[in-house]
Amino acid sequence: MALLTKDEAFALMKKVLSYSKADECEVNLNGNENGNIRYAINSVSTSGKTFQSTLVVASAYGKKLGIATINEFDDASLEKVVRRSEELAQLAPENPEYVSFLGPQKYAEPKMFIQSTAAITPKQRADMVEQSLAVAKAGNAIAAGFLEDSMGFAAMMNSKGLQAYSTSTNVNFSVTVRTQDGKGSGYAIRGYNDVSKLDTKSATQIATDKAVKSSTAKAIEPGKYTVILEPAAAAVLLENIFFSMDARQADEGRSFLSKPGGATRLGEKMVDERVNIYSDPHNADLPTSTWNGDGRPQERVSWIEKGVIKNLTYSRYWAEKKGVKAVPGPDAAIMEGGTKSLEELIAGTKKGILVTKLWYIRQVDPQSLLLTGLTRDGTFYIENGKIQYPIKNFRFNESPIIMLNNLEELGKAERTVSTESNVNYLVPPMKIRDFTFSSLSDAV
Amino acid sequence: MAGLGLGGLTLPNYTFGNEVSIEQLLDNPLAVSQKKVLADAALNTAKSLGATYTDVRIGRYLNQFILTRENKVQNISSTESFGVGVRVIVNGTWGFASTNNMTADGIKKATERAVAVAKANSKFQKEPVKLAPVQGYGEVSWNTPIKKNAFEVPVSEKLDLLLSANAAALKGGATFVNSNLFQVNEQKYFASTDGSYIDQDVHRIWPSFNVQAIDRAAGKFKSRQEMAAPVGMGYEYLMPKAEDKLQGPGGMILYKNSYDIVEDAGIAARQAKEMLSAKSVEPGKYDMVLEPNHLGLTIHESVGHPLELDRILGYEANYAGTSFATLDKLQSGKFNYGSKVVNIFADKTQPGSLGAVGYDDEGVKCKRWDLIKGGILVNFQAIRDQAHILGMNESHGCCYSQSWNDVQFQRMPNVSLAPGTEPYSSEQMIKDVEKGIYIAGRGSYSIDQQRYNFQFGGTVFYEIKNGQIAGMLNDVAYQSNTQEFWNSCAKICDEKDYRLFGSFFDGKGQPSQVSAVSHGSSTSRFNGINVINTGRTI
Repeated sequence: MALLTKDEAFALMKKVLSYSKADECEVNLNGNENGNIRYAINSVSTSGKTFQSTLVVASAYGKKLGIATINEFDDASLEKVVRRSEELAQLAPENPEYVSFLGPQKYAEPKMFIQSTAAITPKQRADMVEQSLAVAKAGNAIAAGFLEDSMGFAAMMNSKGLQAYSTSTNVNFSVTVRTQDGKGSGYAIRGYNDVSKLDTKSATQIATDKAVKSSTAKAIEPGKYTVILEPAAAAVLLENIFFSMDARQADEGRSFLSKPGGATRLGEKMVDERVNIYSDPHNADLPTSTWNGDGRPQERVSWIEKGVIKNLTYSRYWAEKKGVKAVPGPDAAIMEGGTKSLEELIAGTKKGILVTKLWYIRQVDPQSLLLTGLTRDGTFYIENGKIQYPIKNFRFNESPIIMLNNLEELGKAERTVSTESNVNYLVPPMKIRDFTFSSLSDAV
Repeated sequence: MAGLGLGGLTLPNYTFGNEVSIEQLLDNPLAVSQKKVLADAALNTAKSLGATYTDVRIGRYLNQFILTRENKVQNISSTESFGVGVRVIVNGTWGFASTNNMTADGIKKATERAVAVAKANSKFQKEPVKLAPVQGYGEVSWNTPIKKNAFEVPVSEKLDLLLSANAAALKGGATFVNSNLFQVNEQKYFASTDGSYIDQDVHRIWPSFNVQAIDRAAGKFKSRQEMAAPVGMGYEYLMPKAEDKLQGPGGMILYKNSYDIVEDAGIAARQAKEMLSAKSVEPGKYDMVLEPNHLGLTIHESVGHPLELDRILGYEANYAGTSFATLDKLQSGKFNYGSKVVNIFADKTQPGSLGAVGYDDEGVKCKRWDLIKGGILVNFQAIRDQAHILGMNESHGCCYSQSWNDVQFQRMPNVSLAPGTEPYSSEQMIKDVEKGIYIAGRGSYSIDQQRYNFQFGGTVFYEIKNGQIAGMLNDVAYQSNTQEFWNSCAKICDEKDYRLFGSFFDGKGQPSQVSAVSHGSSTSRFNGINVINTGRTI
């Protein structure tokens, strides 16, 4: 099925709803077209293009809910998927946490779709990779990378009159460049809605420079160091906070936001007062959807303001039970930064370590949000405002909450992509004191 | 991707897990004879278009998930995905395409796309694909030797079991409990121009829970997950037998070939409560006694992944990474991966394991081979287009695709630590340890991109003092280097203690594919391992 316009999507979903015999029926319809090209050892290894479209039908009888999914769109299939969801609803036990579907909502116009990205051709993809490979080869280095673009639509409609539709595009690019002797490695990652902003050549140049400059790494003792985290390194730590903002978990006493005695940390100052984290679907550099999967409008929400926990995410059930607004989880997060460049942060550092990328991040303790992982693809020692020499990689054990309490300085926020979750963020480079490195790694 | 030179280029395809009724899952939409007709259509089409090799995979992938919380059923969902993938070699280059249009015409068109892809890519090909020879097996079949098909068990019976486990946990003092049952059936038909027509019916099952105890006054919470593993079995895995139960420290029961989820949930609640007041570990060097459902993940990360040939060659450099275990280390014949007691083998035939099949996804009969023998690195994992790099004239038979619409590539087989040859139980092992820590179950895990430095947590930790269990510990993680760790392996319990760890979701490739894999071992002792304290206050 091709990508549907708003009118086409609504017409199809109306037809689906016309088959419903349940008390309530809700339909979600998505379609995505993805293109990708992968390369390794300075040569293209795989490329592909996929189309995916899914129709999800949720039917409810009282508090009994059934969900069925299909990817065929002829009339018989549409009726079949409705009947199937109704059969499942009749078989399902009553769910005491069922909340009736939302009625009509008002949404702002989303701004995630950029025509240049939607129009990417296989030749464009190949050209972008060729530019990347040319840089690596010129640097006498070996590149491996992945470029993936997508365009799609999402729509929903229900028997209570709710209607929503949006379109989006995205392109993510990552490249790892290694020196011929395997002693140096560098990395760059970029994510945009608009492919015209993607410069694979300059990104690969950065990765190549890091590879070359990191190839004579010295071992220094693990311990607590002042670090400068590039945005890609900071994002993979910070997102563990974003993923753990659920109000129910906090209220139930099983979250880093739960307090002794039974209360939560909502409204409390938990991190440095310069920390401001919010989400905003209308941000020009990181536009996201103006509605979520259950039809709730996505609005600008402050999550941490001047170091204080301002909002938690709620399911509709838990919000109703607690008598509060059901704030949905965001699709992306933005951390406010300062005005300094990464270079200026380095220039102002007496002794420290520049961390360009972190790898294999895993939660060690949900109580403190302690995380472990390693530095990768270029780690450098800074002294007297200058990068002095590359250092061997470290394993760290650190909590992003402790880290944000040890904040020294923030640079200018920029868009980056999480190498763990693939989510795009606006995050500044940040200088952190007393960051805990617990052992050395021989990996390059 | 494992494709040497150019791997499969995926043309437009349509893939979904469609929600279907339970009854529908038990229907077989296509007889084996019909599959052969469709497969032959693809093989003949490819040949007429100049392909020198073709394989066809017709796959029907069924999943059922049941999710519960305390006394509530959260979700019951059944999905189906059905289609065909065609892979060809034209001009010495791979091409791949897939479709869910299961007509002769639909498959013919997919084959034409696969050929077009191979032709388009061949201009970038540096060297033609070299395939290790494989025997044509004719019309054969293989089935996971299940005793009770989980998809045929009424949903109400499965719900009752999970809710009984939840009740046992709550009765045992748990504050919260989630339990789940995940069932998989892959119905796979493979045909190739080598003359094989292979019909396989593969089953897997994974019961799991998370039991939590919460001290609201102190603001503390602790979790204990199941002491079970996902396995390549039917519902019989959830029908516990006394002979499959082993006694662990602190009244814990450990399970071999069948699992008592209700019993374990009750024990989990008691242990989670005990953890709330357990001692925080003193960091330092300890002798570690690692139970198989814990050690399996360490084997996976520090042996399974580093010995994947595509990673070693650099094909995963931008994602999963490369490997410290380079070709020259293998070729030296002297690389001490571990101590002399360490014998690690790959095996795609092990009964009950997640990776067990009769034939891999390029029609190679599965087998067992040694990776580390007497501590020395002796082999890697390679498929048909990689075998020549290792000087071998046959594939290891470890090629896999997660679905009909993804191209197959080299995936980790079951990689297991052979049990000790002398009679030795885990109770005796604990008695022989002066200062140590016993770990059961999986926890937090992280390893660098070349597989040197790792850190592992676990589910439960017991302190060992002078040969005795001295109570539970909190905040334990151990850090080591792969080669140092395996060289510190001092003793391995005998085969009576041998059992499988498993994972449904081993990820690799861009776009990423998952595969299911098991790792067997007996409880093992590692001397002088660095333990850190992970407790922090925020």
